[in-house]
Amino acid sequence: MLTEIPILSLLIWVPLIGGFLVLFGPGDKQLVWSQRISFVISILIIFLSGWLLFLFDGSSGQMELVEFARWIPSLNINYSLGVDGIAVPLIVLTCFINLLVVIAAIGSIKFRRAQYFSATLVLTGLMNGVFVAQDAILFYVFWEAILIPMFLMIGVWGGANRIYATIKFFLFTFFGSIFMLVALIYMGSVIGSFNIADMQQMPLSMLEQTLIFTAFVAAFAVKIPMVPVHTWLPDAHVEAPTGGSVILAAIMLKMGGYGFLRFALPVTPDAASEYAWLLILFSLIAIAYIGFVALAQEDMKKLIAYSSIAHMGFVTLGTFIIFNLSSLDASSMALQGAMIQMISHGLISGAMFFSIGVLYDRVHSRNISDYGGVINSMPIFGALMMLFVLANAGLPGTSGFIGEFFVILSSFQADWRIALIAGTTLVLGAAYSLWLYKRVIFGKPLNDSIERLEDINIREKFILFSLAALIIALGIYPQPLIEIMQPSLEALLQLTDTKIAELNIEVAR
Amino acid sequence: MVMQIFATSPKILNSVSHDFWPLLPEIFLLTAASVLLLIDAFSTDMDRKLSYKLAQFILLVTGVILLFQFPTSQDFLYHRHFIHDPLSATLKISMLVLTSLSLMFARPYILQRRILRGEYYLLHLFALLGMMVLVSGSSLLSLYLGLELMSLCLYALVAMNRREKLSSEAAVKYFVMGAIASGFILYGISFVYGVTGQIHVADIAAYLSDNEANLTLRFALVFIVTGLAFKFGAVPFQMWVPDVYQGAPTSTTVFLASAPKVAAFGLAIRVLVFAFAGAIADWQNLLIILSVLSMVVGNLVALAQTNIKRLLAYSAIAHIGYFLLGLIAGNTQGYSASLFYILTYAITTVGAFGCLIYMAKGQQEISQIDDLKGLGQRNPWAGLLVSFLFLSMAGLPPFVGFWAKLEVIKAVLNVDGLIWLALVAAFMSIIGLFYYLRVVKVIFFDKAKNEARIRAERSLRLGLGITSIAVIALGLFPTQLLDFCQKAFQYI
Repeated sequence: MLTEIPILSLLIWVPLIGGFLVLFGPGDKQLVWSQRISFVISILIIFLSGWLLFLFDGSSGQMELVEFARWIPSLNINYSLGVDGIAVPLIVLTCFINLLVVIAAIGSIKFRRAQYFSATLVLTGLMNGVFVAQDAILFYVFWEAILIPMFLMIGVWGGANRIYATIKFFLFTFFGSIFMLVALIYMGSVIGSFNIADMQQMPLSMLEQTLIFTAFVAAFAVKIPMVPVHTWLPDAHVEAPTGGSVILAAIMLKMGGYGFLRFALPVTPDAASEYAWLLILFSLIAIAYIGFVALAQEDMKKLIAYSSIAHMGFVTLGTFIIFNLSSLDASSMALQGAMIQMISHGLISGAMFFSIGVLYDRVHSRNISDYGGVINSMPIFGALMMLFVLANAGLPGTSGFIGEFFVILSSFQADWRIALIAGTTLVLGAAYSLWLYKRVIFGKPLNDSIERLEDINIREKFILFSLAALIIALGIYPQPLIEIMQPSLEALLQLTDTKIAELNIEVAR
Repeated sequence: MVMQIFATSPKILNSVSHDFWPLLPEIFLLTAASVLLLIDAFSTDMDRKLSYKLAQFILLVTGVILLFQFPTSQDFLYHRHFIHDPLSATLKISMLVLTSLSLMFARPYILQRRILRGEYYLLHLFALLGMMVLVSGSSLLSLYLGLELMSLCLYALVAMNRREKLSSEAAVKYFVMGAIASGFILYGISFVYGVTGQIHVADIAAYLSDNEANLTLRFALVFIVTGLAFKFGAVPFQMWVPDVYQGAPTSTTVFLASAPKVAAFGLAIRVLVFAFAGAIADWQNLLIILSVLSMVVGNLVALAQTNIKRLLAYSAIAHIGYFLLGLIAGNTQGYSASLFYILTYAITTVGAFGCLIYMAKGQQEISQIDDLKGLGQRNPWAGLLVSFLFLSMAGLPPFVGFWAKLEVIKAVLNVDGLIWLALVAAFMSIIGLFYYLRVVKVIFFDKAKNEARIRAERSLRLGLGITSIAVIALGLFPTQLLDFCQKAFQYI
C-alpha cells in the first residue's frame, strides 16, 4: 500500500507547488504565511526523503520506485522517474539543505522574503527532478529550469556586482547544456527513445561517442565546475545571498558529478576512457593550482568558492581514474570516493557558506581583513567553525577525509604521480582553511563592533549544529552511505565495461 | 474571385452549387466585415465600442464555423483554386486566435491615441480574410490574391498613426519593400507559368515529377524564395523589419509580428512543398543560407539594441532562422516542427509586444528596454509573466519555446549532413539568451523609476494572461499542440 504512493513525484511536486503557494499569501499577512508554508513544506519533504530511504532497497543496483507516465507520445518523451543508489543520497542531501536554507532566510533576508522562499522551494523541487528523471529530455528540462530561479536568486538578493555574476552564471551553464541537448536529441532520434537506460545500452561508433562525450563534458564540466570553465563560480558565489551560495555549492555542483556518472560514463565509455587523461589532468590542475589560488584570496566567499573547485576536482578525478584501474574493486572504490566527496562537500561547503553568512549578517563584509578576533565575542560559533574548517582541510574523523582518502588511494594504484599531486590538497587545503580561520577568528578583536558581536542565535545554532553532527557522523561511520551506493556503482561499472568490450569486439571484426 | 469563376462558368456552378460549405468561413467573414463597415460608417460612438465587440464576435463565429467544418481529407475545390485540408484549417484557426488577441491589445492602445478606430478593426478583419484565402490557395493566382489582400491591409495598419513621423516613414518603407517582395513573387510566378504552362500547385508538382527543373524554373524559384524571405523578414531581406516594428503603432506591431508570419508559412508550404517538392534540393540550399544568416545576424545585432521594439524585431529575424530549419529538413516531421515553431513564436511575440502596450500609460510609449525597469517590483505577477515570455523566446524549459527549438533541431539532426546546422542553431541560441536575459534583468533587478502600480485595462490583463499562461501551459503539456501540428501535415 505504502509503496504505491508516488514518492518521487511528491519529492518534485510538493516543493514546486509549495513554492507557488508561498506567493499567494493573504495581503497583509503574506510574510507570516510564506514563512509558515515554506517551513511546513521543508519539513514535509524531509519526511518524504526519510521515507524514500526507508522504501529504497538498493541491493540490486537497479532503478527502484519507478514511475512512468506518457508525456509526449509523438516524440516518445515520457515522465519516467526512478532512483538508484547514486541518486538517493543526493536527494536526501537536497531536502536537508533546503530546510536549512529556509531557516537561515528567516533571519537574513530582509526584503521580498516570500519570493525568496518561493525560489528556494522551486529550486529544491527542480533539483530533486534532476536526480530522479530517467528520461533524458525530462532530465534536461529540470536541469535547465533550475537556472531560472537561481538566476533570480542571485540577481535579486545578491551583492553589489550581482547582475554581472548572475548573467555570467546563466550563460556559462547554458553554453554547456545546449550542446548536451543536441547530443541527447541526436541519440534520441537514432534509437527512437529518450529513456536514459536505452541510451546507456545504445551502441555508438567511436566518432559519435567522441562528439557526444564532448557535449557531455561541456555540460557537466561547467556545472561541476572544472578548470578552465570554472570562472563563473567565484563570481556567482561571491554575489549570491547566503542561501544561494549554499544551494549552489551543496547541490548544484553535484549535478555535474551526477551527470558524469549517469551519462558520460555509461553512454560514452570508450570516448571517456580515451580522453580520461585530459579530464584527470584538469582535475589535478583544479586540486593543486586552484588550491594556491584559494590561498591568495582576500574575500571569504571567494576563498570557499575556490576551495569548492579544488574539492570538486576530487570528484572528477575519482570518476575518470577508473579507466586507469585494472580491478573492479579499485574502480568501485574510486567512484565511492567521488560520491562520498560529493555528499561531504555538500555538507562542508554548505556549512562554510552558512558560517560566512552568519558573519556577513553581523558585519556586512566579506573581506577577511575586516575581521579578527571573532572568537572573543562568538565562542560557540568559533568552535563550530573550527570543525568546519578542519573538515574542509580533510581532517580524519570528518567526512572531508573519507572521500579524498578513497580517491587518493585508488589513484595511487593507477599512478603514484597522480596520487602525489592529488595529495597536495592535504597541505594546501589545510593551509588556506586554517589561515582563513586564523585571520578571521583568532587574534585581538579588530575593533569595537567585532567585540560587540552577538553569538549565534537559536536558528543559526540549529543549522550549524546539525551540519556539524552530520559531518562527524559521516566521517566516523560512512558505511551506511557506502552500502546504499555500492551496488549501483558496481552496476554502473559493469555497464561501462561491457560497452567498452563490445566496441572493441566490433573494431576487431 | 470564386464568385467570378461561378459567374463565367454556369456549368461548374451546377456541379459545385451544393458545396459552399468549405468556403463558408471566408464568405461569412467577408459578409460580416462588410456589414460591420456599414455599421461603423453610421456609428456616432467615438469609442467604437460596438465595432470592437462586433469584430471580436465575428472572429468568434468564424472560428466556430472553422471548427465545425474541420476537414478530414484533402480536397481541391472551385476549379482547384482552393484547397480544403487540415493544414489550411489549422492555420486559419491559429491566425484567428492571434488576430483576436491582437485586437484585445489594440483596443486600449488606440483608444488612448487618436487613431481611427472603426477602420482599425475592419482592416484586421480584411487582413485576416486575405490570410485565410492565402493559406487555402492551391493555385499561384489565389495564393497571390490572398497575399496582396493581406499586405494591403497591413500597409494601411502601419500607416494608421499618420501624425507620427516614424510611423509614416515605416509605412512607406513597408509599402515599398512589400511591393518589391510581391513583385518578386509575381515575377517568379510568371516564369513558372512560362515554363510549365500551369498555375495550379498540383500541376506544377506533376510537371516537376516528369521533368527535371530547368534553369528557368530554378530562376523562378529563386525569385519566389526571395519574395518569401522578404515577407518573413529573413536575412538578407530583413532591412524593413526593425524600422517597421519600431515605427508602426505598437498595436499594429503586435498583429504584424504574429498572424502574417503564420500566413507566410502557409504560402511557403503551398509553393515550396506542394508545387516545388520536385526541386527540393534547390530550395533547401537557398533556405539554408537564409536560415544561417538570419540566426547569426538577427542574434548578433539584437545584442546591440537599446530599443525594445527593435530588439524584438531582430529577435524575430533570428527566430525566422530557427523556424526555417524545419522547412530545410524537407519532410513532414520538419514541416510540423516549423508549424509548431511559428505558432508558438507568434503567441509569444504577441504577448511580448502586448507587454509594451500593457506598460504604456496615456500617450506615453514604451520604447527603450530601460522603460521596463522595475516591472517586477511594480507588478510582481506581470513581471513574472512577461519574463516567462522572454525566457520562452530564449528556448528555456519548461516554456514552450524549448519544445519548438527541440523540434526544429531534431528535424535537422535527422537529415544527413546537416548536423552542423543544428550546432549553429544551438550556438546562436546562447547568444540569443543574453539579450533575453538582459530584458529579464531589467524587469527584475533594476530599480523602478516610477514605483506606482500599473493599472491596465481588463482586456490587456486578459491578453497578457492568456499569452503567458499559454506559454507555460504549452510548455508543460505540449502534446496536444504537437499532435495538432502533425495532423495538419497528414496528407503531404
